[in-house]
Amino acid sequence: MEVLLGITGKDFTLIAASKAAMRGATVLKAADDKTRSLNKHTLMAFSGEAGDTIQFAEYIQANAQLYSMRNSIDLSPSALANFVRGELASSLRSRKPYNVNLLLGGVDPVTLKPSLYWLDYLASLAPLPYAAHGYAQYYCLSILDKHHHPDIDYEQGLKILRMCTDELKRRLPIDFKGMLVKVITKDGIKEVEYFDEKPVACP
Amino acid sequence: MDTLVASYGRPMFEKEHVEEDQLELYQPGPSLSLKFAMPPVAQPSAWLRAATDDHANPNCPIKIAHGTTTLAFRFQGGIIVATDSRATAGNWIASQTVKKVIEINSCLLGTMAGGAADCQYWLAYLGMQCRLHELRHKRRISVAAASKILANLVYSYKGMGLSMGTMCAGVTPSEGPALYYIDSDGTRLAGNMFCVGSGQTFAYGVLDAEYKYDLSVDEALALGSRSILAATHRDAYSGGFINLYHVKEEGWVKHGFNDTNPIFWKTKLEKGEFSNVTSELV
Repeated sequence: MEVLLGITGKDFTLIAASKAAMRGATVLKAADDKTRSLNKHTLMAFSGEAGDTIQFAEYIQANAQLYSMRNSIDLSPSALANFVRGELASSLRSRKPYNVNLLLGGVDPVTLKPSLYWLDYLASLAPLPYAAHGYAQYYCLSILDKHHHPDIDYEQGLKILRMCTDELKRRLPIDFKGMLVKVITKDGIKEVEYFDEKPVACP
Repeated sequence: MDTLVASYGRPMFEKEHVEEDQLELYQPGPSLSLKFAMPPVAQPSAWLRAATDDHANPNCPIKIAHGTTTLAFRFQGGIIVATDSRATAGNWIASQTVKKVIEINSCLLGTMAGGAADCQYWLAYLGMQCRLHELRHKRRISVAAASKILANLVYSYKGMGLSMGTMCAGVTPSEGPALYYIDSDGTRLAGNMFCVGSGQTFAYGVLDAEYKYDLSVDEALALGSRSILAATHRDAYSGGFINLYHVKEEGWVKHGFNDTNPIFWKTKLEKGEFSNVTSELV
């Protein structure tokens, strides 16, 4: 019941991930960060099998940073997305595949175009205007289908995100301990102060 | 143990003494329960599941029509009831023009989700019982009572493999607008808003985000129909037509049985929604 959400707008990409780290029926940590920044303007959020997720994310992070150091230039979000897809694809046919689902959000430093990539453990890659992983898909995609437009500004983006997280709080049977929200703009990655404490009424 | 329970188990209310006017709630019809021919095995539902579980066994001999989105919610102007119209049996679309709203009487509606045959049969049966109540007592049955007839009925068949998730919506002078959810587990809940079926989550998403009790009639009708559209777009087992009803004090009013396809394109092109649907190849 991990939640990953991503929304693009006219000049930003929002990535939100649930804060609960769960093992079985226990919440081990209530302020977990399920994201890693790959470079100044690309952020990756991950969910999936315990252990695999962080191992894979940090492996990707290390390789992205190695590329930046060697070449004195960052890979673009689309280049990174295709790199990650390649790694997932070769892992899928290995003896022990990584069981990791990802959202990769970024703003291209040259064209300043925001982008969002949806990847799953079967190495599917899809560029999308908005995306979700896990049970969140069932609740949030219909909201996003209705309320998302490609040219929304940051405030509208946050408003739609709030609709999504409120719905999850209302209908998901397990408390996911709120969301950690980060925004990627041309100026880089920033954590958003996201107040989640207000209870949501179920009609 | 299961064999013992199956051979000696009877609906627990069958032997109990109950008040005369309450009788119909507890024993719908002259001991109709258990008169159907049952498979001669210890656990009929396990046997049925083995023969019908399309997901676990794609070659199962019986494919039951399943998969739906239905919703109903109470608001200031009454109750909105909306459904899709697709019936599926496994991956096969068996029909695109199913009437999933059953008109029990001029003030009462029932919705169908789950096994198509179970719903159709038992809601028709409920309609019959409601009419008999009306003739016996010279007044229309309350929604609470109608829903309880159904709930007690399905509960008496618990464990035998019935599959239905229904809603009863109606307005009566004694209760005002009332909405009940009944499923084949025997759950019966009164509430303001329910979405039932494989597309329920998608409908809940749209509905919850903009639902208020103070919605105007037009807004409520639009929201109900948009919620079904959302579900038909994302859920493969929902689709076809949007069947829309408004229940008010004077009785229910039908607001059309409209094809989803033109509605989808109209919504996309005029409102700019569904922006993930593009003609670009990626």
